[in-house]
Amino acid sequence: MKSSVVVFPGSNCDRDIAVTLEKLQFKNTMVWHKETKLPKSDLIVIPGGFSYGDYLRSGAIAAKSNILNEVIKAGNDGSLIIGICNGFQILIECGLLQGALLRNFGLKFISKDIFIKIQSNKNKFFNKYKKDEVVKLNIAHNEGNFFTDKKHLKELEDNNLIPIKYCDEKGNITNASNPNGSLNNIAGIFNKNKNILGMMPHPERMSDKICSDDSGLPLFLSLMN
Amino acid sequence: MKITKEQIQSHGLKLDEYKKIKNFLGREANLLELGIFSAMWNEHCSYKSSKIHLKKLPTKNKIVIQGPGENAGVIDIGDDDAIIFKIESHNHPSFIEPYQGAATGVGGILRDVFTMGARPIALMNSIHFGSPDNKKTQNLLNGVVSGIGGYGNSVGIPTVGGETKFNSTYNENILVNAMAIGHAKKNKIFYSKAKGINKPVVYVGSKTGRDGIHGATMASAEFDENSEEKKPTVQVGDPFTEKLLLEACLELMKKNSIISIQDMGAAGLTSSSIEMASKGKLGIELDLDKVPCREKNMTPYEMMLSESQERMLIILDDKKENEAKKIFDKWDLDFVVIGKTTDTNKLVLNFNNKKVADIPITALADEAPQYDRKWKKFKVKKNDFKIKELKKIKTDKALFKILSSPDHSNKSWITDQFDQVVMCDTIQKSGGDAAVVRVHKKEKAISISVDSSANYCVADPRTGGKQIICENWRNLISVGSKPLAVTNCLNFGNPEKPEVMGEFVECIEGMKEACEFLDYPVVSGNVSFYNETNSKSIFPTPVIGGVGIFDNLNRIIDMKTKKTGNIIIVVGKTFGHLTRSSFLKEIYSINDGPPPEINLTNEKNNGLSVLNLIKNNLVLSCHDVSSGGILVALAEMSIASMLGLKITKPKKFSDFNEYFFAEDQGRYLLEIEKNNLEKIEKMLKKDNTFYEVVAEVQNDIFEIDKTLSIKTEELYKCNNQWFNKFNAVN
Repeated sequence: MKSSVVVFPGSNCDRDIAVTLEKLQFKNTMVWHKETKLPKSDLIVIPGGFSYGDYLRSGAIAAKSNILNEVIKAGNDGSLIIGICNGFQILIECGLLQGALLRNFGLKFISKDIFIKIQSNKNKFFNKYKKDEVVKLNIAHNEGNFFTDKKHLKELEDNNLIPIKYCDEKGNITNASNPNGSLNNIAGIFNKNKNILGMMPHPERMSDKICSDDSGLPLFLSLMN
Repeated sequence: MKITKEQIQSHGLKLDEYKKIKNFLGREANLLELGIFSAMWNEHCSYKSSKIHLKKLPTKNKIVIQGPGENAGVIDIGDDDAIIFKIESHNHPSFIEPYQGAATGVGGILRDVFTMGARPIALMNSIHFGSPDNKKTQNLLNGVVSGIGGYGNSVGIPTVGGETKFNSTYNENILVNAMAIGHAKKNKIFYSKAKGINKPVVYVGSKTGRDGIHGATMASAEFDENSEEKKPTVQVGDPFTEKLLLEACLELMKKNSIISIQDMGAAGLTSSSIEMASKGKLGIELDLDKVPCREKNMTPYEMMLSESQERMLIILDDKKENEAKKIFDKWDLDFVVIGKTTDTNKLVLNFNNKKVADIPITALADEAPQYDRKWKKFKVKKNDFKIKELKKIKTDKALFKILSSPDHSNKSWITDQFDQVVMCDTIQKSGGDAAVVRVHKKEKAISISVDSSANYCVADPRTGGKQIICENWRNLISVGSKPLAVTNCLNFGNPEKPEVMGEFVECIEGMKEACEFLDYPVVSGNVSFYNETNSKSIFPTPVIGGVGIFDNLNRIIDMKTKKTGNIIIVVGKTFGHLTRSSFLKEIYSINDGPPPEINLTNEKNNGLSVLNLIKNNLVLSCHDVSSGGILVALAEMSIASMLGLKITKPKKFSDFNEYFFAEDQGRYLLEIEKNNLEKIEKMLKKDNTFYEVVAEVQNDIFEIDKTLSIKTEELYKCNNQWFNKFNAVN
């Protein structure tokens, strides 16, 4: 499979995701934000980091960059796109996903291992996980508190567009296991066609047993399925 | 215009120092020149009080590629890999403006490391605050922690550990020490020494503003009640630009176009240009009209003394300008040739077609004043402490009190604000004895630990100096790595006071002795004097950052106990030393008497024996015994795994507390399998290393026969509440 990782000034998880993709034999290309063409790819990744220093508003400036026009086109044509952390913020800022990512409840940067529960696996991104599986991933963000209006929330819920929710180690979706105050513990969402995924947790940080765990790998394996 | 006495003093110079300046110039200085001299001759840049003592420290062995004197130290970790690291203080700015002070401390130390060609792979810190009761402490703690996180998280370098301590000695003078560790190829290391005449001097990075003017002079002065008026001298950090600068520099370093490179740290453009010229025994001529400025009408004085962040000075090969500029254009950073190297051995500055400064380089660098300051030998108090004279306390009550104290409490409130795993090579995060970071795409890793023990140093600087090197060494052994080298950050009071100078000298001599004995060289460091307010000096606080190596990723261990039925042995003898212990401090508020002694022979022997057992895969978990003694260390192992322990009563001590809370040095707790005990006993006997069995791992009860029985969950709760409670109260 071919993948493209878009790199903005200030991206800092671009190398991490590239290492994971290459380990799984993806043919990966790093695409600089000033480019005006995307290489043909089966997967487009908008990585984490602090694009443009998160100045103005996380993801806001990156959403106006040259390459994003191409990403939007590809997304609307059905290409698979995943935005992780800052990538999720950028996908929302450019309109490919709806909602908003507010500052964390508690107003502090949070970096720690958390658990998510797979809400639905009948999609391109999570089919290698079992439904209701509890998965350990890592988060590291200042603005990951997902919020949206009632109408959109209903649409997300009715159409299985919320694939992952924060939970505790045993899988209970509770306030205590919600690290950032996200509405209904939402950790990631799809667009209507489920070809675009935005998520705050970092699957690439759980792709190596020596450092952490490999509980993030099934996400990438799902994409190859 | 004649320089006045007031001008000299307001630049932090002494009148006789100005006399020397006049001699070098053969005339009166102008104000710009006075500013340049003051920036170069202050304590922070010139090490004028510390240099003759720093020379005593061992700085070489066969793995040291570069010792002190460059931006950072460089060591060889085998194959073609080198590790580049340094620790530096940012105490004064952090007290005045905690967020920016701490953030720019991180930024500065990162540049020190990537200037030399390394990609930073980890950050560590040592932060000391005043008493929690002090009304400033909460605000300072919050500001410093979010500043460290705000910078490191954004640049994308994991902050993998550190230490946080509280003591009223830091009420008006907190300590913020940041350490950066980078990885480079051995044959691709960059130095600051200029070479060749007429080579372009290039300014890259952020524009120059009016921030931080005279920051280095501020760092060389005592504080008083007006210190907070110094806010404009605190620099403002921009981690985004730092990230761009990092990537642009590393990209340029892949080509063969850099002759030398130096970051603009303390004293900005002044110290960077002079350092490069001085090391290369050359002159340098700058055209200040070309300096990229953030503000209008900046004067040469402001440009030369600004400490705006995220800037570098590069001397380039003259045919490579275009190639280099393209890289900086890509990253949208300024790239301007502002001068050239000369053969005049002078710093010449031009502005508006006029020569505005003309100073011999040697006067600024090599001829900077050096002092052999008066120092007073420290009198160590005798140990006349008797535990019998204290009111008895139950062991469990004492344990709870220590585990829930600010210094011993779990620090995840702090470390959860740091991205610890970005770059995906963090093997062990903070919370253990040392952090462990893999060398990217290699089957090897490094260990890092940052330590201080001011409470020991203030009681006996010589023993304290020895102790802190040993504790650092021990921490690296406890994760299974071989300790290689250290960097140090020496935080002291006013060196013009013989008592303070005495503390400094004896601390250094203690460190020297330990470093030599353990073959543990000092490869970089920083001295921070004048840590005092209204003539009250802080405790002498040397902070040590050590780096060790694993040549095999399978031998990394942590302090989490692994399996019920395994036993815990303690390596090293317990004598019952309690003065200066956490036990006396937290329970009885007694802070008196000498610190525990260091026996270097035992220290080394015990450490090497433990390392040998780990290498033979006989150790399942390990934790060094430090502040709080054996019982606190055992509790920490239990909290890490949530498995309980059945602890053996000590035989030789009538008062258990004396055994359980003693802070005798050179000790380690090791979890081993029962059926390996015989084998281990043989190996330790052969090494002449003392050990005894202290506990057995069991379900979830932490107990000492009849004395104490606690659920591990209770231990966890007790250890995890302080920071949340402290920060919930506003």
